[in-house]
Amino acid sequence: MKFSIIKESYTGSVPEITFGKNRKVSFGGEKSLPFLFFEGEHPHKPLISFEVQDSPPQDYPKELAKVYSSVWDDPVRWAKLCESFGAEAIALRLMSIHPDTTDAKAEDVADKLKKFLNEIDLPLIILGCNHTEKDAEVLPIVSDVARGFNCIIGKAQEGNYKTIAASAMAGGHSLIAMSELDVNLAKQLNILITQMGFPANKLIIDPMCSALGYGFEYTYSVMERIRIAGLIQGDPMLSSPMVADVGFYVWKTKETQAEDENSQWGSLHERGIIWEAVTACSFLLSGAELLIMRHPEAVNLVKYFIEDLISTKEK
Amino acid sequence: MALTGIEIFKLLPKTNCKKCGFPTCLAFAMKVAQGQAKIEDCPEASEEIKSKLRDAATPPIIEVQFGTDSMKLKIGGQNVLFRHEKKFLNPTVLALEVADDDSEIETRIDEVLNSSIERVGETLRIEAIYLKNRSADISKYRDALERILKKAPQIPLILGVSSSDIAIDSLSILKGHRPILHGATAENIEEMAKVAAKFNVPLVVSAKGVEAVIPLTEKAKALGVGDLIINAEPKSIGELLRDNTFIARGALKKQIRSVGYPIITFAWGKDDFYETIVSTVGILKYSSILVLKRTLPWKNLALFTIRQNIYSDPQVPMQVKQGIYRVGEPDDKSPFIVTTNFALTYFLVKGEIENSKIPVWLGIMDCDGLSVLTAWAAGKFSASKIAQFVKESGIEEKLNHRELIIPGYVAMLKASIEDKLSGWKVVIGTKEASGIPAFLRNYVRSKNDR
Ligand code: SF4
Repeated sequence: MKFSIIKESYTGSVPEITFGKNRKVSFGGEKSLPFLFFEGEHPHKPLISFEVQDSPPQDYPKELAKVYSSVWDDPVRWAKLCESFGAEAIALRLMSIHPDTTDAKAEDVADKLKKFLNEIDLPLIILGCNHTEKDAEVLPIVSDVARGFNCIIGKAQEGNYKTIAASAMAGGHSLIAMSELDVNLAKQLNILITQMGFPANKLIIDPMCSALGYGFEYTYSVMERIRIAGLIQGDPMLSSPMVADVGFYVWKTKETQAEDENSQWGSLHERGIIWEAVTACSFLLSGAELLIMRHPEAVNLVKYFIEDLISTKEK
Repeated sequence: MALTGIEIFKLLPKTNCKKCGFPTCLAFAMKVAQGQAKIEDCPEASEEIKSKLRDAATPPIIEVQFGTDSMKLKIGGQNVLFRHEKKFLNPTVLALEVADDDSEIETRIDEVLNSSIERVGETLRIEAIYLKNRSADISKYRDALERILKKAPQIPLILGVSSSDIAIDSLSILKGHRPILHGATAENIEEMAKVAAKFNVPLVVSAKGVEAVIPLTEKAKALGVGDLIINAEPKSIGELLRDNTFIARGALKKQIRSVGYPIITFAWGKDDFYETIVSTVGILKYSSILVLKRTLPWKNLALFTIRQNIYSDPQVPMQVKQGIYRVGEPDDKSPFIVTTNFALTYFLVKGEIENSKIPVWLGIMDCDGLSVLTAWAAGKFSASKIAQFVKESGIEEKLNHRELIIPGYVAMLKASIEDKLSGWKVVIGTKEASGIPAFLRNYVRSKNDR
């Protein structure tokens, strides 16, 4: 019997997002489920951005401290180190504004950001601290400072999307909209934001990330459902590219922190890296196009994974 | 797909001869469709109808059993492409490759036997050994097999042999085992299928690409081997994803019988990191057996965890056992927090308490795995249930205070819990787990000031 390839038919496609000012990068744009090159175009590779924080991180475990502690009191040096690791984009997380950390004011952050934008020409994602009210206060000012730099701003949530989306639109940026592990909530937030006049082709869905072993399957399945709804069922409100904020969740877990003495778990160094890489690769397979990661060795593994997948593209 | 009574009736002789014990062929057909009579009871039934019924009863991807009496393994049987549709059946079996000319076979067997790790109440392990006939020497292979049986008599086996002679030699000494036979290719399919049929063991057929595999599964089936497993020999992750997608789609969406079998994948990689990534793709995307070149504790932990996550039931929220958990080293003055047993709630709350560096008694209440708001709405996280939980948990003996912290989302329960729990004061915590560290710091500070 001759085996004819069973192709899925698609009615939707993922918009393509390009960001950055002098140096630009693009992701998204595909017309089939992740990496199924035989049944739909995939004009871009997934994009990996390196996370940088605007103040010395209080919760980076040892394996990350080994890499970044010499530069983490200066976000510019930190970003340059990431650039030397091959970073194609930077995700600057404004942790200093969190009321639980230093509760920094918007003006202080704005000054820091100006300096950062002057020194770093990699495409930039600017993230708040996930505190709904504080993000609503700071991100509009940040969006304005970065006007013309064509950044990605995040994250707008149900409780603060109005101010954040309006300012991102005024600043000409793309926007990450985050909901909590639910297809309908993701769709609803996209509807609300586009109803304000925000362009749908500049929206990125964050369906809420998680780490291997800690809610991983929820993120994985929500991503698959969003991709299926957007591409196969053709729902335009669920076809946005997706981001997986991997490093943030992975490096909180016990598996990335417990020392080697716990011999059942093996070497901490490898364990931490593989925890981030496995989480990231899995979310690429379930539908993410944009990753935010921390450990350079984990990033290298994911890059190799992407190249290995793409090697079948031409055949 | 099951046949209807009418479809069965059409294929019967329609003579109403009553030999089946029913008055008419139609009555008999209806009973067969309902599973209350067997087609064999009709002496006149044709081969055609019999084979159609057999086919209809076979799942689109067959289930294969192997192993030993005390370690039975089931693979295949999947019926969905995406886990949100329905729980993935029969988690991927992890096997370690051992070569027959490896001088340290015993060490490798130990790796398998000592691989088990406890995670969220389950014991996870490498379940099987793939014994590879790298030497191409029949006596070396026999020797290696005997060494395995001596050290691990019950371990499920996959025999990777290069000839039917070696297959026969090994299968003749394996008593109480149902190993998988690997090594059938386009060159030797007839001999290998005959051996598999004779010993009634599952057979792996290998060829490069799905299209090349199909004639082999068809041939083996014609030679009487029903329990087949496919190896499409992918050489890159792109090929692995593509081949496995074709096989699973062909079986599940088009009911193509010749690909309706479990998949075996041999992991590869330039190092252990990459072999783990390759294996991850196999686990996420339809491989039923994954053969690893090497095991290491961190690698096992990652693979066990992803397998456990992906093969969990999407309909049943993941639950944590009810009880009082220690976060850090709490003493009789430490705060006491209560929340529901939704696994994600538990992990988030516990993680944030750990971040706060303040030791806490964490009371986890059985609410059928629902989150705080949903459990409250469903009446499972109510004032009386919380009060009862606190009383029965034994926490009162551990504390010299009587203060209970509840999630901010159920602030309205405060008065009513205090009513039902005499002597206790209820403190309202944060709505989101992310607020816990700041909350706890304030809470402890204000308590010390008092
Ligand atoms: S034995 Fe067969 S042919 Fe005779 S009545 Fe029953 S079903 Fe009909």
